[in-house]
Amino acid sequence: MAENEKKHDPEKEKRKIQAVSRMKEIMTDYYIEAKGAREKGRKVAWITSGGPVEPLIAMDVIPVYPENHGAMIGASKMGAQLCEQAEEMGYSRDLCSYARADIGDAVAKTGPIGGLPEPDMLVCCNNICGTVLKWYETAARFFNVPLFILDTPFIHREFTDSARKYVLAQIYEYISFLETHCGRKMDYERMEEVGRLSVEATQLWQSVLDTCAHKPAPMTAFDAFFHLALIVTLRGTQVTVDYYRQLLDELNDRIDRGIAMVPNEKYRLLWDNLPVWYRTRWLSDKFAGHDAALVADTYTSAWSGMLPEMNGQSFLEAMSETYTKVYINISIDRMFDIVAGMIQKYDVDGMVMHSNRSCKPYSLGQYDLRQMIMDRLGVPTLIIEADMVDERNFSESQIDTRIDAFMETLKS
Amino acid sequence: MNPLDRFKSVWNDPNDYARKRKQQTGRKILGYFCSYAPEELIHAAGLWPFRLLGTKGEIRMADTHLQSYCCSLVRGGLEAALNGSLDFLDGAVFPHTCDSIQRLSDIWRLNAGFAHHFDAVLPVRLDTPSARQYMIDVLNEFRQELADAFGTEISDDAVWQAIGDYNRIREKLSTLYELRSRAPGLFDPSTVHRIMTAAMVMERREFSEQITAFLEGVEPDAAGRSDTGRKRVVLSGGICTHPDIYELLARAGADVVWDDLCTGARYFEGRIAEDGTDPLAALADRYMERTVCPAKHQDITVRGRALVDMVRHQQAGGVIFLLLKFCDPHAFDYPYLKKFLDEAGIPSLLLEIEEQPPPEGQLMTRFETFVDMLA
Ligand code: SF4
Ligand code: SF4
Ligand code: SF4
Repeated sequence: MAENEKKHDPEKEKRKIQAVSRMKEIMTDYYIEAKGAREKGRKVAWITSGGPVEPLIAMDVIPVYPENHGAMIGASKMGAQLCEQAEEMGYSRDLCSYARADIGDAVAKTGPIGGLPEPDMLVCCNNICGTVLKWYETAARFFNVPLFILDTPFIHREFTDSARKYVLAQIYEYISFLETHCGRKMDYERMEEVGRLSVEATQLWQSVLDTCAHKPAPMTAFDAFFHLALIVTLRGTQVTVDYYRQLLDELNDRIDRGIAMVPNEKYRLLWDNLPVWYRTRWLSDKFAGHDAALVADTYTSAWSGMLPEMNGQSFLEAMSETYTKVYINISIDRMFDIVAGMIQKYDVDGMVMHSNRSCKPYSLGQYDLRQMIMDRLGVPTLIIEADMVDERNFSESQIDTRIDAFMETLKS
Repeated sequence: MNPLDRFKSVWNDPNDYARKRKQQTGRKILGYFCSYAPEELIHAAGLWPFRLLGTKGEIRMADTHLQSYCCSLVRGGLEAALNGSLDFLDGAVFPHTCDSIQRLSDIWRLNAGFAHHFDAVLPVRLDTPSARQYMIDVLNEFRQELADAFGTEISDDAVWQAIGDYNRIREKLSTLYELRSRAPGLFDPSTVHRIMTAAMVMERREFSEQITAFLEGVEPDAAGRSDTGRKRVVLSGGICTHPDIYELLARAGADVVWDDLCTGARYFEGRIAEDGTDPLAALADRYMERTVCPAKHQDITVRGRALVDMVRHQQAGGVIFLLLKFCDPHAFDYPYLKKFLDEAGIPSLLLEIEEQPPPEGQLMTRFETFVDMLA
């Protein structure tokens, strides 16, 4: 979220979240560290956003997230340009724009940080999509580095015992993979400690999101999109725990002092799917202009949904279930249950679904989900067609009109 | 009706065939979309596996459930399920493959209203012992679910029997491909494609009889008439179901001599060992060993190498890629496959197919230009 301060507006100033600057600091340090890893003799692993990062942290490997990079590219409005680069290489325009932008940037190195630090190894967990499998295979050929796939079977109905066994077996295969490529044994005590920090950070992230159950909400989903970066990238570190504690304190303080993110919050909305990274500001202003706050979303809460049920298991054991059950690795009916829970928890008046042509596992099925939400819960739902990074697939006038029309129905 | 006419009529209207044949035989029919659907188990349960191929008609009802950025097989398949043209189905099974099929399964289950629905969530990796074990487990679960749903038992013996049946069918199809490769002029250009379609939709016992009869009737080509003088190409892709472009290509001067399509050579590739102790492990091993589908993970260059080998082995001059628009797994592999071909000096042509193939005139021009380039 670019903070282009133009004029000093005390009202706006008051509503700004102070922790933002700390977050930027942490992320900058993190990228500097990752970029300098080679010289320091540290290994870099690329990992998918839903992948188990904890073993990497425990092995002192620096995790790098091409998807987070994709989001940065989107927010810097460099998406179309880098996507075109990949299209020239033969990648279809219909593929996920995170993958395209990142593949384009791996070659062009013209993105916001001049190319991601190159990987020593790749870790891909397909709990989010089949795209990452193909994307990481591409990267493995391009960089000629080892690739580990953690295969988390999709849950149409239940997480079966055979799936549990399979995923757990792979968690140990993952650890041997790391041991081989780091030339070092896993320290299991350290692993459990990292696991503990990860759980703590995840709980804190949930509490952060929960502050929006308060009326008016001290932040919105647009803020959550920004603050999400740490739970994705550095889950399992003390820095992350400290940061979310700071953020949580600030948000609670805002609640105490009655500071709302949307000044006259009247309508509370739930957002579905990834952000439209190159238009977060525009969308945020658009909804705020209607006194509407996006008080929750299915995207950032996917990480708080990764809270393991420990039941006396070790973190590694609990992980197999946690990582398999993430929000987009489950059937539409299971998604509905989660959305219904959120609608109730955050007392939502309407839902906005981003039909994101990049992301088929998230978007296909939205039409049915929408119907279920309207029929069973009577909650009005709007669908906007766009893309998270490729701004060529965003029609401002159309979306503007649709939002206005939707807000009119909510108001009437 | 002679076997060839039978195949043609099935190809022309598989649904009509299924409806009538079901009436005669009373056999229950289970639909499937993908070559990872364990047909042998369906067959062993006394059911008839029927490959779903999308729809030739317009897509209307599926639009309420699926966005436009979804491949036409998935959209067309759902359309057919919703508009009643698959009324003969008793259910369908969805083996996990791509993101689109995964969601189609949910949408289908929630809306199509067939009596039975199965998900066989097979592993995506096909390169480790744990994945193999998981695959065997899933096959076992599917066997149990099938048996429960249809009130039968599926004994190991029945599965072995089905494996035998399928091996025989696959051998015949393999012979058919070999024949065409050796002498493309033995058949009309689209004959093999039609037979392949028939192989995936016909009641398997009948198909088995018909293909046997058909092959027995093929005259060895003494006079050498089967040399068409056309160039040889290989199809790659692409398309879980694929259009009939064979006539057009022949007119442009090329014969298709082999392919790596799921509705083609991949359908019969790989025999199932019949001398093991666990029939489900035998089924799993065929899947683990067969050249991988891009929605699955194995050796990351195996498809490229296999394609180059195929072209060489078949003495083909080039490759035509058939990619279905919005098909992610195949679109992701295309650049690297093309690179492998380029490096081997093999020309290729990319054909992206939307809901319908491109207009004939346009296609013809592209084919002619391509064929001219071929050795
Ligand atoms: S946006 Fe969707 S398709 Fe792309 S990497 Fe993320 S989950 Fe996968
Ligand atoms: S290409 Fe893959 S997904 Fe399509 S039918 Fe073949 S195996 Fe199934
Ligand atoms: S054509 Fe591609 S997208 Fe469509 S079902 Fe097959 S693998 Fe999936």
